[in-house]
Amino acid sequence: MQGAILRILALTRKELLAVLKDPRSRMSLLIPPIVQALLFGYAATYDLNHVTYAALDQDHTAASRQLLAGLDGSGVFERVANLQRAADIGTWIDARRALLIVQIDSQFERRLLSGKSADIQLIADGRNSNTAGTAMGYVTSIVQQFNSSWGHDHGWAAPAVQIVTRAWYNPNLETRWFMIPGMIGTLTLIQTLMLTAMSVAREREQGTFDQLLVTPFRPFEIMAGKALPSMVVGAIQATGVLLVAQLWFRIPFAGSYVVLYVGLLLFLLAAVGIGLLVSAVSATMQQAMLYSMLLIMPFSLLSGLTTPLSSMPIAVQYLTAINPLRYAIDITRRVYLEGAGLDLLTADLWPLALLAALTLGASSWMFSHRMQ
Amino acid sequence: MNTQRVAPAASSNTWAMKLRRVRALVIKETRQVVRDPSSIAIGAVLPLILILLFGYGLSLDVKNVPIAVVIEYPGPEAIELAAGFQLSPYFHPTVTRSMPSAQDLLLTHLVDGIVRIPADFSRRVAAGGADVQLIVHGGDANRARIIEGYVQGVVGTWSARLAAQGRSGQAQPVNVQSRLWFNEANDSSYFLVPGLIVLVMTLIGGLLTAMVMAREWERGTLESLLVTPVRSEEILLGKTLPYFALALVGFLLCVLSAKFLFHVPLRGSIWVLLGASMLYVLVALGIGLLISSWVKNQLVASQLTMLATFMPAFMLSGFLFDLRSMPTAVRLITYALPARYYVALLQSVFLAGNVWSVIVPNTLVLAAMAAMLALASRLVMHKTLE
Repeated sequence: MQGAILRILALTRKELLAVLKDPRSRMSLLIPPIVQALLFGYAATYDLNHVTYAALDQDHTAASRQLLAGLDGSGVFERVANLQRAADIGTWIDARRALLIVQIDSQFERRLLSGKSADIQLIADGRNSNTAGTAMGYVTSIVQQFNSSWGHDHGWAAPAVQIVTRAWYNPNLETRWFMIPGMIGTLTLIQTLMLTAMSVAREREQGTFDQLLVTPFRPFEIMAGKALPSMVVGAIQATGVLLVAQLWFRIPFAGSYVVLYVGLLLFLLAAVGIGLLVSAVSATMQQAMLYSMLLIMPFSLLSGLTTPLSSMPIAVQYLTAINPLRYAIDITRRVYLEGAGLDLLTADLWPLALLAALTLGASSWMFSHRMQ
Repeated sequence: MNTQRVAPAASSNTWAMKLRRVRALVIKETRQVVRDPSSIAIGAVLPLILILLFGYGLSLDVKNVPIAVVIEYPGPEAIELAAGFQLSPYFHPTVTRSMPSAQDLLLTHLVDGIVRIPADFSRRVAAGGADVQLIVHGGDANRARIIEGYVQGVVGTWSARLAAQGRSGQAQPVNVQSRLWFNEANDSSYFLVPGLIVLVMTLIGGLLTAMVMAREWERGTLESLLVTPVRSEEILLGKTLPYFALALVGFLLCVLSAKFLFHVPLRGSIWVLLGASMLYVLVALGIGLLISSWVKNQLVASQLTMLATFMPAFMLSGFLFDLRSMPTAVRLITYALPARYYVALLQSVFLAGNVWSVIVPNTLVLAAMAAMLALASRLVMHKTLE
């Protein structure tokens, strides 16, 4: 037993040296996750802070100007044009020069002063309907502010019902708070899986795998020696992204590091298990590369990172059950933002443990099976 | 050309000779493609799998949101409002009588939000100024905002009916009537599927050339080609053309599935779409060529291609996230990404039609990028020979 551990450690050391001694490959493992976390941390947000709009004000009264001033003063909307005719709407939207058109009809102020409701028309460029929907939501809330101040000044009755909203765990509804904790797993998965899949395939292609086999190492020990270094690299990458989230983006960490790393450990085990399985079925590096890519892409896109799992068709939701990243993202987010403990995370932890056991077991069987 | 023809030694540089050599290379390369199923798998099968998987899997539409509706006192108004949530296709409400049990549901992620109708609701509706409390799980901010909008919709419809029946005071001063152009049904697959085509074509184009060229460098077969009279730009052309054709097959499969499986309307002309896409495929192939002639190692080349194409096209192209809201430094980076221009082109040609004010500038940028990449890969190849 002691001998086995010593042998595994020796192999791990050799593997880590092989990966880390070359400065180029050392850089290629450490820099990309951090740069991507920084870049995508800024880019990957559904929040809007710059919306271009054109006003078609056919009323030209104090009331219409007050409404538009509410938009201009919000800091989010930039008025790029004052249109004169409704016919111009098309050109501004089509050329993507304005995301929104706000149209105020000529009877606007007169209706309001006589105590009747008035409509404004909002036209949005639906080529990205999510962005358009968010922008329209911003306009609606600014119009509500206008309503309450106008109603107050001109003696309107208070609205029958008002909605008071509170968002738990993310009070200002910032996408970044949601996105960056999710990236801890995502940015780690790519290289952890590839590194494992490739390291065996490379030895096989270069013929050094046979040399390993004639050493006193048992198949299980070789496998563990291949798995451990990738997990170490993965843990370092995850820590890098975690540091970016806390020190650079200053997203408060609500949970416990122990819980987070327990989750990450299970995730890395599953990722490495999948990588070993890939290397067990592929004969060349090219095949290993192709298979890992074929897995990484659906894993990262269908993980709930950018689009919610609950919006996927039921069949696809079932398919994501074998996606380790799906559980890792849920764990990192819930530990990070909600401070969830292990008891609340069992629904994520046991599938990861199962995935790890299955993939590691299968690849270990395939290794020893192939070697005889 | 005429002056060159004078010297017999330069006869290998006439256009006819060039064409013959390129043709021979294309034939050789095509045979290689046909005999090697892996590049056909990358070029034609992979795009189809990806577009199907992601086309069905990616969606930002929010429907059947599980929410808890807390009715603290079952007055007629409270029950009427709760019924509004039950009838809405956007919600799947669980009605409870107490706040703590609803909070447990939110804590365990069984619901995404709580609508609390307070005990004094009915009394205050009559007097004006009743409150409905909404607690959303803010984790996914985008989804939370959409849910908030839907709750406002349900409450708004209900209170408008109340006002119309004269059971409450005046309506509100200003109502917003919104219209979503190009996507009236507010279906997120309308913009996600064209964006996915960009993603798929970027990856396929880059991967095809990166893997193939890097393999030739590793095996040393490229050097043996280089000692023949074939010139380096002819090699590049001969390599690119078959993969160009293969990538176009993948592209056509994507467009067909967008139109017939995902029912995304194609409002612009198919020829504009094809022209722009051919340019973009050239750019993507060029990126792969450049990477592989630079690193000459399959492992590094494929990782670089993945890092340089897939993730940026996903995050920084405007396919999902609005470019105008990114910080200036990040936005400047996006100008260097070809995917950005192709996303703008595809979303316009698919959903808005032939908008020349979008098509012309974006196509010009793509053309310039293709030309620059071609030049750069020639230069890099020359350098590595010396």
